[in-house]
Amino acid sequence: MSGYTSVTDGERREMLATIGAASVDELFDVPAGVRLDRDLELPDGLTEAEVYERLRDLAARNADAEAEVCFLGAGMYDHYAPAIVDAIVSRSEFLTPYTPYQPEISQGGLQAMFEFQTAMSELTGLPLASAGLYEGPSALASAGYLAIGATKRRRFVVSAGVNPQSRETLATYSGGYPAAIAEVGLRGGRTDLDALADAVDGETAAVFVQYPNFLGAIEDLEPIARIAHAAGALLIAACDPIALGILRTPGEAGADIAVGEGQPLGNRLDYGGPSFGFFCATEAQIRRMPGRIAGETTDVDGRRGFVLALQTREQHIRREKATHNICTAQALNALAGMIYLSWLGRRGLVELGELLVRRTAYARERLTAIAGVEPLHDAPVVRELAIGFDAPVDAVLDHCAAHGIAAGVPLGEEHGNGLLVAITEQRTVAQIDRLAEVLAAALEQAAGSGKRTAGAIA
Amino acid sequence: MSEASVNPPATAAVPTPMQRERATTIFERSVPGRRAAAIPASGVPGGDVPIDELIPPALLRSRPAGLPEVSEPEIVRHYTRLSRRNFDLDSGIYPLGSCTMKHNPRLNERVAALPGHARLHPAQAPARAQGALELIWSLERSLSEICGLPHVSLLPSAGSHGELAGLLLTRAFHAAGGEAELRTRVLTPDTAHGTNPASVTMAGYEVVKVATNDEGGVDLDDLRAKTDERVACVMLTNPNTLGLFDRNIAEITGIVRDAGGTLYYDGANLNAIMGHSRPGDMGFDIVHVNLHKSFSQPHGGGGPGAGPIAVSDRIEPYLPVPRVARVESGDAGNGDAPGARFELRGASDHPETIGRLRGFQGNFGVFVRSYAYILSLGGDGLAEASETAVLNANYLLARMREGRAGRYLPIAFDRRPMHEFVLSASPAGKELGIKTLDIAKRLLDHNMHPPTVYFPLLVDEALMIEPTETETRESLDGFADAVESILAEAEDDPEIARQAPYTTPVRRLDEAGAARNPVVRQDLG
Repeated sequence: MSGYTSVTDGERREMLATIGAASVDELFDVPAGVRLDRDLELPDGLTEAEVYERLRDLAARNADAEAEVCFLGAGMYDHYAPAIVDAIVSRSEFLTPYTPYQPEISQGGLQAMFEFQTAMSELTGLPLASAGLYEGPSALASAGYLAIGATKRRRFVVSAGVNPQSRETLATYSGGYPAAIAEVGLRGGRTDLDALADAVDGETAAVFVQYPNFLGAIEDLEPIARIAHAAGALLIAACDPIALGILRTPGEAGADIAVGEGQPLGNRLDYGGPSFGFFCATEAQIRRMPGRIAGETTDVDGRRGFVLALQTREQHIRREKATHNICTAQALNALAGMIYLSWLGRRGLVELGELLVRRTAYARERLTAIAGVEPLHDAPVVRELAIGFDAPVDAVLDHCAAHGIAAGVPLGEEHGNGLLVAITEQRTVAQIDRLAEVLAAALEQAAGSGKRTAGAIA
Repeated sequence: MSEASVNPPATAAVPTPMQRERATTIFERSVPGRRAAAIPASGVPGGDVPIDELIPPALLRSRPAGLPEVSEPEIVRHYTRLSRRNFDLDSGIYPLGSCTMKHNPRLNERVAALPGHARLHPAQAPARAQGALELIWSLERSLSEICGLPHVSLLPSAGSHGELAGLLLTRAFHAAGGEAELRTRVLTPDTAHGTNPASVTMAGYEVVKVATNDEGGVDLDDLRAKTDERVACVMLTNPNTLGLFDRNIAEITGIVRDAGGTLYYDGANLNAIMGHSRPGDMGFDIVHVNLHKSFSQPHGGGGPGAGPIAVSDRIEPYLPVPRVARVESGDAGNGDAPGARFELRGASDHPETIGRLRGFQGNFGVFVRSYAYILSLGGDGLAEASETAVLNANYLLARMREGRAGRYLPIAFDRRPMHEFVLSASPAGKELGIKTLDIAKRLLDHNMHPPTVYFPLLVDEALMIEPTETETRESLDGFADAVESILAEAEDDPEIARQAPYTTPVRRLDEAGAARNPVVRQDLG
């Protein structure tokens, strides 16, 4: 049927003779009661060209970032990934191996992990980095699990500035550990420090904030770290890795753990995955880290080499006492991230961050100058801004989409009626101007059509 | 061909070119001033103001991150050189037990890279992502049919994430029945994958181990003794990690179901039974499927993968969100989606959900590849893939029963296996003085990936072998011949295997030293 197997009828007969069985069916030592006595109700197999056509038709029904101007963000961003990322990660030697359990023949992957750990440690200002988790929100939840183990406490205090999807994921995981969650609101777009100080107590395992936060505002981590540490709690910061190129590192500001979504680092949007999650921590957490970690060592002849280090934390050794259940993670995506960071380099990452700050400042000026648009806060931002307006968000987004613009991510009820607008280096000044024009027209039309339904939210 | 001529070198006296080359990191290739990327000018009207006028200096970095400074050709050379220091599935047989290292069709890479998939933002409005939602829905329906369970969520990012999801679903199910406090235990057989017990702990449950009987299946007496009203769930894989289909499976699921527990199926070994037997029909409630095993997503050196779950009606209300719904539209013929549209639904539509497991809609790029694989094979092709996987495993076992392998590496439980089998090198240790590890390392000199070693734990000196359906008979013969030559060599001189490998980029590494004194990032001075 498929060209992915190669056994011929003749070979099958010979192989069965070697086995000493009369038929392949005889090899299925499966009781009659649980045998499927019919064919699977799935279509017949297609040729390669037919599959390509079917998938191409499906893809054509998506409005991707090549088909429209994309101002969508909220964790994943339309950055340009250079051609070398695809070229390198599609090499069989990186694409097709399993997790490097045999280090002698896996030095390429192990060394790439070691380089990645070094780069992520540099970005976050924390000494330890794992080789990557699934993605951002679940990495945050994994940090919660670590905090429970480290503090022997089971209460989390979470800022409302943390991406709602991350908070929801943390809540799901907390149903298992278990842990209780208290939430602290925002003031002026940033975590309300007074409310935080009130919420954090001697039972608190960890404080969770986002950096910059969901509304784009740059949190001042230092006072937050002080509040957490005074109560014996860990500070966990979910970070945008691109913003870390210019912002004070979470490590320097006092965070114990920095996690985040790795997609902005050279990974495709892919409608949400696969990407990778990063996980960095202080030295104190070395035996509690989740995920694979590569370590440097030497071989019997004294050559430099790399192995999976600290495996006694892991499920395949420690089983129910493991620090995490993760096995297959996102190694290839982390490699893409490392290639991207090498491509940007020491200066490129800073230049990119500064470019985002300037264009975002410009977008803020342009968009908030539109009649009826209000900024949701005045705090400093890097690459994302939250705007509010008194018109149905869906109608505004539809209007913009009709003009070839994906204008932003709806903020949802919690943060008021509005949009989160994200800037990347691919969004030019001209595109920002165009967004401003189209958004102004959309709001005008919404006001004119009398469809104004205050508080209506997607 | 004589044995001597097939044997690879058994000395490292003359290092290979790759061995002579010291490993150099990208950071060590850095030269100040070099660069690859060109970042555009901001173009903001009025020119650039200093950055600290836009962001307070206290919030800014004190120094740039210590990334390498390298040109594009240097990056390409560096990672190409690293790639050559990896063994991969396209270079030879990779019979890692329970990992299903089957061929990765390149068509799947091509369709995943289409901009409509690769550059689709996950926050795109569902009305403008109909192709993606239809793909998700279609893959869910395909997996539902393969697993024999009516409802599917593609959200878990890997098998272990699916396990965690399944245990949280179990908790929600028991909570709805008022038994959340009562049911605190999860049964796992002693042959289980390590992720199973680790997931149990993460989900706040206690692991209770169930013994294995003489046939390699679940010990029914032990299962009965440990099954009571405190049991929340049993986690099994069938065929199990010995490659054996448990003949008592209906009885096992019946015992736990009667006691009120849920039944979780670890789909790591689904490649043995596609189109032949379905976990739902065996009585399971929750199944995870490793798209990176049975459904050909490349393993990527440790991911990405995806671990969709299929569940029974009684578990369905608690499935994670968002969920994809297919809605028949009244006004068919809009050209875009004839007759139906697809929606993303959250907790407001599914109030009993356990919630989100991660961001956005899951590892969509993996779904594209696996859907392309299922379309390529079709129902018959999937059944044939499993048949050939089982044929290949049994053929390789037959070859391994011959000659020296049969003497030194006997099968651990002598029953007909399915897609994989487990040998024990215990006799090799006693008679030849070589361990499983030595055989594995010597296989590296034959340019073959070794089997999974020292797992499952209940087999002494285990070698767990899963050839998959995509290996040819010649490659299976080659593997059997290589093992035979290693054992013959060890009869003469066991030291050859004990010191192996000789030809790999590096030789045996000091893992104990790396654990004692972990160096997990480069010191950049």
